Amino acid sequence: MHHSIEIDRLSFSYPDGHRALQDISLHIQLCEKVALVGPNGAGKSTLILHLNGILRGQGSLRVCGLEVKEPNLGRIRAMVGLVFQSPEDQLFSPTVYDDVAFGPLYQGLSPEEVQQRVEQALAAVHMSGYARRVSHHLSLGEKKRIAIATVLSMQPEVLVLDEPTSGLDPRARRSLINLLRELPLTMLASTHDMLLVQELFPRMVIMDEGRIVADGKTQALMNDAELLEAHGLEKPVYKEDRKTGIT
Amino acid sequence: MALLWESLISAAVLQHKKDMHIHYLDPFREISSPIHELDPRVKLVLSLAFIITTALVSPGVWPVYILLLAIIFSVIILSRLGFLFVLKRSLLALPFVFAALPVIFTIKGNSLVSIMAGSWILTASTQGLERFISIAFKSWISVQTAIVLASSTPFPDLLMAMRAIHIPRLLVAIFGLMWRYLFVLVDEALRLMRARLARSGETGLPDRKTGGSIAWRAQVTGGMAGSLFLRALERSDHIYNAMLSRGYNGEVFTLDLPGLRPAQWFALFGGLGLLLALLMISFLF
Repeated sequence: MHHSIEIDRLSFSYPDGHRALQDISLHIQLCEKVALVGPNGAGKSTLILHLNGILRGQGSLRVCGLEVKEPNLGRIRAMVGLVFQSPEDQLFSPTVYDDVAFGPLYQGLSPEEVQQRVEQALAAVHMSGYARRVSHHLSLGEKKRIAIATVLSMQPEVLVLDEPTSGLDPRARRSLINLLRELPLTMLASTHDMLLVQELFPRMVIMDEGRIVADGKTQALMNDAELLEAHGLEKPVYKEDRKTGIT
Repeated sequence: MALLWESLISAAVLQHKKDMHIHYLDPFREISSPIHELDPRVKLVLSLAFIITTALVSPGVWPVYILLLAIIFSVIILSRLGFLFVLKRSLLALPFVFAALPVIFTIKGNSLVSIMAGSWILTASTQGLERFISIAFKSWISVQTAIVLASSTPFPDLLMAMRAIHIPRLLVAIFGLMWRYLFVLVDEALRLMRARLARSGETGLPDRKTGGSIAWRAQVTGGMAGSLFLRALERSDHIYNAMLSRGYNGEVFTLDLPGLRPAQWFALFGGLGLLLALLMISFLF
């Protein structure tokens, strides 16, 4: 069985010379759910854009058993569902249907298969019946769900999420968390939402200044106050704890 | 139209595939040169005067054309921008030059050659050809002037210069906003295209033709252009609200500018005098 994501000594610099990634090594197993945390500018988004070859750095990178190189990019992009932070970027078609159908249509599937994929994907995010809606007029929470559906329709092996809960109200956030829990996929999510991490991701990777500074069980890392503080992170505080003053 | 838009943006993406943001739209090149150090107001006035002079010189007065070319070439050399840099960009004038193509046939004079186009007979005249070459030449050196101006002056300085020569403030404010948000808009377009790229996958099955039909792709691109337009519209509303909430009432206020130093006045009038002399000479022919 292959790992879903195998990164070995990956480095990347932007054309202006800024070193965004330095010596990143990360292995993620099939169906493992991993959170990627760290301050702004730590390189989380840059790393995510490497996973389907939109950015290309130096080092070894294998996704779903395939080496990330030019001839494999098409396959890799079908297997890695990348959900961008802003659903505005993700939803570029006039209607929800067009957007969810984009991936399958691009892959050259038959009209019946496309229809089926769209229905499945919308059902998976509990948005059946939205197919004919205009994306522009949806709420942010709805847009997020549709954005996830647009990649689920490709039936990916890996779901990569950039800041999945940012900007959501508590109810939309809650329903997104429930949705992510249901999806039986390998998952890598870059986030600042430590409660989400604690709730959903058994494993946590901390990045800072382009490096991975910690990688381990979420429970263990969350209890290392010194480590969290050193990288600008905070342990989530529960309401019950606040009342009693225990953190 | 959609395809044109796509090809323009694609070119931009190819150019800056690895970059997160767009810098290429900014023509300003930070080099140290006498042209770069010239006061932007002086530069703007002289550039406009140069373009007006070029436009006023009668067609076919070749000696003056050569002098004008000599001036702009000297400025290019002084600016250290490099000939190739300016000449490559000056190709932008080409489409406008073609718009002048009909004058070859519409101006009456000694007939040069006749072309049959169906039941029409087009007769090219020497005078027409002379006029066409003059127009082409004039637009070419005017564009070079604009390129040197834009490449040697940061845009905010140019805006300041426009205010100084009393171009209506509202117009200057619109130029400024356009400049500011053009980058945002192109960034947004690039993000849309990145999202599309991320979902452009293959099944790995040999009998599937990936990519879809050209008509479908054009449709998708059209949709993207449409959503970009909607967002631009929406953003303009947000920006306007943000301006209002900071007290904007239609008036644009700016700080007063320092006066020109004697040397700058000298450069200004020296340049204007030279251009006036050239214009006088052109009338002698």
